[in-house]
Amino acid sequence: MFGKAKNRDAIKKGGFIKRLRARLNSGDSWLTYDLANLAPSGKIDEEVLDELESNLVMADVGIEATTAIIDNLRKSLARKELTDIDALRLGLRQHMVDILTPVEVPLTIPSSDKPFVILMVGVNGAGKTTTIGKLAKQFKKSGLSVMLAAGDTFRAAAVEQLQIWGERNDVPVVAQQAGADPAAVIFDAYEAAKSRDIDVLLADTAGRLQNQQGLMDELAKIKRVLARQDENAPQEIMLVLDAGLGQNALSQAEKFNDALGLNGIIVTKLDGSAKGGILVALAKKISVPVRFIGIGETADDMQTFDAEEYVDALMAGRQDSDTAP
Amino acid sequence: MFENLSGRLADATRNLTGKGRLSESNIKDTLRQVRLALLEADVALPVAKSFIEKIRERAVGEEVGKSLSPGQALIKIIHAELVSLLGQETKPLEFRAQPPIVIMLAGLQGAGKTTTAAKLARRLITKDKKSVMMVSVDVYRPAAILQLKTLAEDVGATFCDSDAAQKPVDIVAKALDEARRSHVDVLLLDTAGRLHVDEELMDEVAKVHQAAQPHETFFVIDSMAGQDAVNSARAFNEKLPLSGVVLTKTDGDAKGGVALSVVEVIGKPIRFIGVGEKTDALEVFHPDRMASRILGMGDVLSLVEEIEDKVSKEKAEKLAKKLQRGRGFDLSDLRDQFEQMLNMGGMAAMLEKLPIPGNVNPGMLKDAANEKQLRRQIAIINSMTPGERRFPKTINGSRKKRIASGSGLQIQDVNRLLKQHVQMEKMMKKMSKGGMKKMLRGMPGGGMPPGMPPPGR
Ligand SMILES: Nc1nc2c(ncn2[C@@H]2O[C@H](COP(=O)(O)OP(=O)(O)OP(=O)(O)O)[C@@H](O)[C@H]2O)c(=O)[nH]1
Ligand SMILES: Nc1nc2c(ncn2[C@@H]2O[C@H](COP(=O)(O)OP(=O)(O)O)[C@@H](O)[C@H]2O)c(=O)[nH]1
Ligand SMILES: [Mg+2]
Ligand SMILES: [Mg+2]
Repeated sequence: MFGKAKNRDAIKKGGFIKRLRARLNSGDSWLTYDLANLAPSGKIDEEVLDELESNLVMADVGIEATTAIIDNLRKSLARKELTDIDALRLGLRQHMVDILTPVEVPLTIPSSDKPFVILMVGVNGAGKTTTIGKLAKQFKKSGLSVMLAAGDTFRAAAVEQLQIWGERNDVPVVAQQAGADPAAVIFDAYEAAKSRDIDVLLADTAGRLQNQQGLMDELAKIKRVLARQDENAPQEIMLVLDAGLGQNALSQAEKFNDALGLNGIIVTKLDGSAKGGILVALAKKISVPVRFIGIGETADDMQTFDAEEYVDALMAGRQDSDTAP
Repeated sequence: MFENLSGRLADATRNLTGKGRLSESNIKDTLRQVRLALLEADVALPVAKSFIEKIRERAVGEEVGKSLSPGQALIKIIHAELVSLLGQETKPLEFRAQPPIVIMLAGLQGAGKTTTAAKLARRLITKDKKSVMMVSVDVYRPAAILQLKTLAEDVGATFCDSDAAQKPVDIVAKALDEARRSHVDVLLLDTAGRLHVDEELMDEVAKVHQAAQPHETFFVIDSMAGQDAVNSARAFNEKLPLSGVVLTKTDGDAKGGVALSVVEVIGKPIRFIGVGEKTDALEVFHPDRMASRILGMGDVLSLVEEIEDKVSKEKAEKLAKKLQRGRGFDLSDLRDQFEQMLNMGGMAAMLEKLPIPGNVNPGMLKDAANEKQLRRQIAIINSMTPGERRFPKTINGSRKKRIASGSGLQIQDVNRLLKQHVQMEKMMKKMSKGGMKKMLRGMPGGGMPPGMPPPGR
């Protein structure tokens, strides 16, 4: 239905979106599908906007960001700009793209500063270790040498989990026994990476909830210890967020940012039906770049974050993803 | 960040002053605030909507009692409705069947299934004196089987080994066989995390269930989950005959509205909550505590326990008796309160836990929040005569002057203290009238001045 709409060109790079769409949210529909049912007459009124507001809330966009978007659309409606459903769709798309574009800053790794240390942080079960596996594969593919540091010394078999990712990607893993000081492990890894002239060091850490001050201090210590070796290290402190999170993601981003100063965010598990609307709420609140999105459990299931593609993928309904499995 | 519900309610209920009945029009604004607060707590939108409808039905026409303001009456209804929605008190684990009793855990990736399996094992072993075997059919996540094995050793459970090359149903068959032969009481079955939209893996978990025939099948869900949680809960519930829910990571600062959504959508009770990463961090679920948390009322009950620990029970009881006998709350009582606050390390920590009740000036209370301030206030009261403490009304201008110089402070400080006393006295009067327990539950924020005895004691 919408695939044949006249604003088709608004959805650029159609082929890619179809593919992403097929993974992202498992081809499930979101805004557009509902919109199509919403305004069968094609007339846009307050009621349609109310319903759209609900859809945004149900996508975890949060009250604040949702209200901002809907208020803007309401103004357009008053100016008689929302003549039909396509106009509404374009307006919505534009507002979301406007919010997300500022955080679309891809990760670049300069060749000078070696090793480039990426410290992965986040709450329990967010996808840190898996994402390290994915990043390792990407970096290797682009010709960089990679090393992993098993900084999660707390969770049972966390070290072995990372070691398996090391084997899969054929990259070295620096580890100590369970219960070791994570700062010491990462420090060791840094030394090893330095002496072997490694390009990128990916450091895993144990999951922790942002309100656990002692554990947050532990991360700050890791940062300090690294900075003593190289004042730029860690060059990238990356927060991993699960797309299934609700509004608590805001608290996570704020508190990890306060404690460490974040350089990047990765959103995982977007292959589910969770909409990852928290990203919109987040982008409105704090300006930390979103680097990648995770769309599956294998090493290849990761993409660079692109605001327009992301919005299009979210807005494209089932109809647009006929390649979905 | 966002205001929590208690803040919103305090605003909304301030306007809700008219006596008599709750009506459609006088609760409208409050209900709007409740709806927003529920959404901010990640309660799924459809669930929040139907919840608000229920509240409206129950509230309209409701007679407002003497001790409660209409706002408080409404909050009481909301809290009660939340508690009833969240379900019964925890049902004990099912042990009546022929052993081995099989308990299976399922859920999304990273939800906390493996950790919960270890926590349950530990509880079964130490508390219920059962012998426990554990087995993992997670053949996907790297080192998942080893993770469970390590945890099984930690908690003293037998481990039935499996490996990633095996088929999950084959692992189940082998584990059942081993469990029977070694006569263990309970077999705990950990599964791989999966997305509910992954049809292949959802079929697989159904087959595992079919093979294991568990007595309990728990859906494990992260308390930080957002709106999509209802979709996953529904899908798992359709695929598996769930017998309960385990809510994990409640030691975080998420408001946990997902508890409400999941229970409402699948109609199965929450059985346990995870309160930390260690294997002893598992608690049975209390609906009333979760209701308070979702409403942002602070965890009133745990606060009560804390006070109970730290505050002299005797003094609190004495005060309660005195109030009940109709004797007023005088300045020496206020001094007791201040001293107890000092013991608790100041009031600031408490204020955080306990949102300010709507009818007390928060600025006033906050003023009392620091230790220095508390010591000054005690000094002021110490400079009074016993008669003045008993009858604060007698403290006139010249007495104030004397008290101020006696405590090395200003007249304004004395005035401020007296004002504060009047406020506290008012609140105490209300509380002694309404009955402690009733007030505690009825007030927005479960407001209770520090040092009061816990309800029902
Ligand atoms: N479907 C899906 N699953 C993912 C994705 N990323 C990670 N996972 C899964 O989520 C679970 C947790 O991932 P981990 O990488 O172990 O997460 P972590 O943050 O290191 O977890 P802890 O170390 O336990 O705090 C695993 O089962 C992963 O396979 C993703 O993008 N999509
Ligand atoms: N803080 C906290 N962490 C938990 C809790 N339950 C589990 N975790 C952590 O969450 C992460 C994922 O848990 P795991 O049991 O491996 O999840 P699974 O993938 O569902 O089996 C691990 O880091 C656990 O330590 C809890 O109640 N509180
Ligand atoms: Mg990990
Ligand atoms: Mg597991």
